[in-house]
Amino acid sequence: VCVCVQDIMKWNGWGYSDSRFLFNKKGQGEFTGKRYRLSGMILPSLKDWFEATFGTSLQHKTPATPTLNVSAVPPPNLVEPFVEELKVAGVAASHDPEGRVFRSHGHCLHEIFALREGRIGRVPDLVVWPNCHNDVVKIVELACKYNVCLMPYGGGTSVSSALECPLEETRSVVSLDTSQMNRILWIDEKNLTVHVEAGIIGQDLERQLNESGYCTGHEPDSMEFSSLGGWVATRASGMKKNIYGNIEDLVVHIKMVTPRGVIEKSCQGPRMSTGPDIHHFIMGSEGTLGVVTEVTMKIRPLPEYQKYGSIVFPNFQQGVSCLREVARQRCAPASIRLMDNEQFQFGHALKPQVSSIFTSFLDGLKKFYITKFKGFEPHHLCVATLLFEGDREKVLQHEKQVYDIAAKFGGLAAGEDNGQRGYMLTFVIAYLRDLGMDYYVIGESFETSVPWDRVLDLCRNVKERIVRECKERGVQFPPFSTCRVTQTYDAGACVYFYFAFNYRGLADPLHVYERVEHEAREEILANGGSLSHHHGVGKLRKEWMREAVSTVGLGMLQSVKEYVDPNNIFGNRNLL
Amino acid sequence: MQEFSMTKPSFVDILEERRRGSDISHALRAFSPPPGCGAPPPSPSALNKMVLESQHLRYVVLEVRGHSEGGEAAALLDEMSQNLQVTFIRLLGFALSKIFTRLFRRIQVNEDGLARLQQATQEHPVILMPNHRSYVDFLVLSYIMFTYDLSIPVIAAGIPLMGMSLIGEIFRRSGAFFIRRAIGSDKLYWAVLSEYVRTIVRTGFAPVEFYVEGLRSRTLKSLTPKMGMMHMVLEPFLKGEVYDLSLVPVSISYDRVLEESLLAHELLGVPKPRETTRGLLKARRVLEQDYGSMHVYFGNPVSVRELAKGRIGRGQYNLVPRDLPGRPSEESQAFASAAAHRVVRLQERGTVLSPWSLTALLVLQRPDGTRWDLLARDTLWLRGIALQLGARLDWPADLPDLEVMSSSMALHRSVVRCEEGCVWLVEEAGPEPVTQEEGVFRRASAVLMCASYRNQALHVFTRPAMVAVAMGTVPGHSQEDIYRHFCFLRDLFANEFVFVPGCGPQDFEEGCSGLQQCGAVSATDHELKPTEEERDTIVFLSAILEPFIETYQVTGDNCTLLYFSLRNCLSFFPSHFREIFPNSTRYTLPGGYLPPTPTCCKLQCPNIYFRQSHCRIHPGSCSPTPLCGPQVATSSPI
Repeated sequence: VCVCVQDIMKWNGWGYSDSRFLFNKKGQGEFTGKRYRLSGMILPSLKDWFEATFGTSLQHKTPATPTLNVSAVPPPNLVEPFVEELKVAGVAASHDPEGRVFRSHGHCLHEIFALREGRIGRVPDLVVWPNCHNDVVKIVELACKYNVCLMPYGGGTSVSSALECPLEETRSVVSLDTSQMNRILWIDEKNLTVHVEAGIIGQDLERQLNESGYCTGHEPDSMEFSSLGGWVATRASGMKKNIYGNIEDLVVHIKMVTPRGVIEKSCQGPRMSTGPDIHHFIMGSEGTLGVVTEVTMKIRPLPEYQKYGSIVFPNFQQGVSCLREVARQRCAPASIRLMDNEQFQFGHALKPQVSSIFTSFLDGLKKFYITKFKGFEPHHLCVATLLFEGDREKVLQHEKQVYDIAAKFGGLAAGEDNGQRGYMLTFVIAYLRDLGMDYYVIGESFETSVPWDRVLDLCRNVKERIVRECKERGVQFPPFSTCRVTQTYDAGACVYFYFAFNYRGLADPLHVYERVEHEAREEILANGGSLSHHHGVGKLRKEWMREAVSTVGLGMLQSVKEYVDPNNIFGNRNLL
Repeated sequence: MQEFSMTKPSFVDILEERRRGSDISHALRAFSPPPGCGAPPPSPSALNKMVLESQHLRYVVLEVRGHSEGGEAAALLDEMSQNLQVTFIRLLGFALSKIFTRLFRRIQVNEDGLARLQQATQEHPVILMPNHRSYVDFLVLSYIMFTYDLSIPVIAAGIPLMGMSLIGEIFRRSGAFFIRRAIGSDKLYWAVLSEYVRTIVRTGFAPVEFYVEGLRSRTLKSLTPKMGMMHMVLEPFLKGEVYDLSLVPVSISYDRVLEESLLAHELLGVPKPRETTRGLLKARRVLEQDYGSMHVYFGNPVSVRELAKGRIGRGQYNLVPRDLPGRPSEESQAFASAAAHRVVRLQERGTVLSPWSLTALLVLQRPDGTRWDLLARDTLWLRGIALQLGARLDWPADLPDLEVMSSSMALHRSVVRCEEGCVWLVEEAGPEPVTQEEGVFRRASAVLMCASYRNQALHVFTRPAMVAVAMGTVPGHSQEDIYRHFCFLRDLFANEFVFVPGCGPQDFEEGCSGLQQCGAVSATDHELKPTEEERDTIVFLSAILEPFIETYQVTGDNCTLLYFSLRNCLSFFPSHFREIFPNSTRYTLPGGYLPPTPTCCKLQCPNIYFRQSHCRIHPGSCSPTPLCGPQVATSSPI
């Protein structure tokens, strides 16, 4: 029906079909394809790191089901008159099984794990592709008329079970794919805003704006695949929020279609005192109230100069203290991230083969300088990666300021290359999970935000909790349990955890995984962390919502839902 | 209590090697304990700096003094803080090798416990929680840690020790820190102390050692725990500053306690001598006596995180700065109390009893002398019961039982004497003739010592005995009724024996299964019946509690319970003075002491109330007057 991303993307893993990690015949790590800086490179240390960290062996493989077994897909439950009227209205629709399966999941571990095993659960009965705002209005009207359940679908990168069809849903479930609503409608250079259809994918938006000399600066790690509407619906956060802000700071105007009609503000004033901001009912509503169709966003002229950087700290504690000081002085660069030691080593495992003896000699020299001359303990040191943006002169000035602060906490500048590799890692790490899953390793990431004074305690306790819970649940090898501080705020920080383990010998690895993740979240909450910084609640974290926002808070949200969508047309059952 | 393993621990005598090897080389050997939690120990001055710079202390200084000048806090910290130095550990190690080999035949230590301790120190901050029976407790512990290459603990000690010239300084350099006694409402002092303790726990470089009972038990009976230090050590966990804490109960028991006669005299009202260096030198003569063996049992580390599971919400600090001074929440208090009680119970269960403890129990029931052969027969019978109730006995299997008992008794010739086949309590010598009152006093000290050794074994029998008493006061055999009466006793004795709060059903269960073990009762679904064959056991167990019950007296109909002061008993009821329940002076503080007893108990348990009417005195005259001032007074390491 449509030209769809589904054709160039994996049906049971992350990202593009042509890009994946594998161990070649010589046992060397390799990243295929041509899309990334790492593509086509040999990664000589990956195998050793992989085997040592997870206790796996390349002999023991757990390959995925190669192709989708179409006959395993349940037949669609269609409401014929609804489909007919859609056709009349000229809205593209399909009940092709592959397309339905593709839109039946996000990227939670259990979702991908099931697909790899060829298990197909409840999938949408129909996929529709509106082309513009008016199409959406029509679809929602018809859905109300025929009592059909609508589930908005943007980039499909959810990690909160938000895209899972509720098992208890008996109505026909229609996946509303916004991918065709991907046009930039206008750019307002006087006010520096852009008006965009909400289905646009992050990288396309940024590329097209760049062509006009602008950017939004909103770069979540998923920006290759996630959509503007999805960002709004989940309260997304971008890597460079220190300069550009998070989605709530970027948005000027939102248009959303709900079963009650269209909701939008009457002007584009930069700030209003008109009661509670209705945008805040929309942002974070996770598809429970309607479909975001058009968004006006702030834009900025493209920065003149960009510079990566990195700092090595003797230990994580010093690193956190440094980030705290940077936040105190409000001089954070566009991005500043602090990886713990495990992640630092992980980053090293992804170093491509060095081309010359000279480079490897330099690397050796650097290592010698840091560990021997400066006395950093290789198993304690950690690294911060930095990204500066702006005028060349200001960037250099800014850089000096940050490095001076770092020096007070024992930090040593460690070069641009390390910094850049750190950021590249965030784009390829999701691919790495698929590699792990080929060899009995399952894992996931999760995040939180926490006041500054608890960052260290929370990191230590959550990592330790993961290790203990794995041990108690019979995981044979110590898990990979690591974190990084990815965002700094005035009053706290965002912390991101990776957690993976070797599940050989476990009867029900998914269950173990889910229990451990659950316990880790409990630990986060007990240590003063939030339920989520930017991933959202979805169905995965619903059980803690009441605790997180209080009973009255939950009631407020429920009453909005009841008014806007009394028949639960937007029935993905997220959040509430 | 699943934390407690019932397998018989194997003990090793650490003095054996000392007797064979050189004390100098022991003191000078390489001592490099792996630092706790992988953290290198901060220097004492760095530690103090961390404390003084803490946000918590700054809050309090500002609140209490109205300015941010920290000089006063620094002075308090200087007085308090330890100054651990390996040289002094070695010096102390050398001296203690000399002393201990003279005092004790053996110092028995369970090595498996030490291995677990070693393991625990690597993982999480460790809190060493020994029971407190003698001044030498903490010396022995540090000595063992030194011998086994474990981090020397930081020890909470009472300030009088600091006052001892030289000795105080040696202790300070061996890891002791000093706590004032009457802190009262001195907020600044509390803040400095608690921040100091928490900082040590947080950094986890060395175990923190403190006596949860708060003071030396003068009666050798476990004391209900004191909560001050307990809160301080638990707080870093409750606030998420450490992942977990290991509480390690340590049970120290002596065949013969060094200061036994001192204790007895203290209980009789002779003031405790001040801790001075000169006093210590004078006490040299204790070195000339034989104190038999001592046992140190290191229990399984108890994970505070496990204890807290489902019992306490750790999110309680989410909405306030964690450094903000404030009282622990009710939830935290209840949790700390339960944890502390649990540790004391584990200490009790880990205690190794000497045969003499059992003999003492029987001697006390026959204060006017008894035949040795009968005493020996009954001790053996009691041994059977004690073992069935899970007691740990130091009863050498390779010696004839009679020899074990007589040598164990011989160690206590200052208390009992065996002449012409009869066993007598020793009376203190003095000029004849004596008044009746003086006579009581002369025998009192032997009785008290005897009672103290009995007390060491008491925890074994408490719960079954309470069930036995409860059975005797219930008309039928209904478990429910028995349980109700059991609970009454449990409330009544809440300050007498150690019960974990909220564990009534478990205590009852323990008592019942103990009785079943002995074959003394048979249990059906709803009933608990004494068996005919083992009626003696029931009677005997009830008799153990008798003196305790008698010591509580009901006055009038307002159902108030009053405590008899020791003096009342001594002066007016010599005949009734079968055994004194020495703890009583502790509670006869000015203002009197009222055990917490719900009024409704009168209705539930009339029998118990009316049993204790032996006294012929008008209640008004048993004014709770202590003999010599409050006895909760000071002691060495708290």
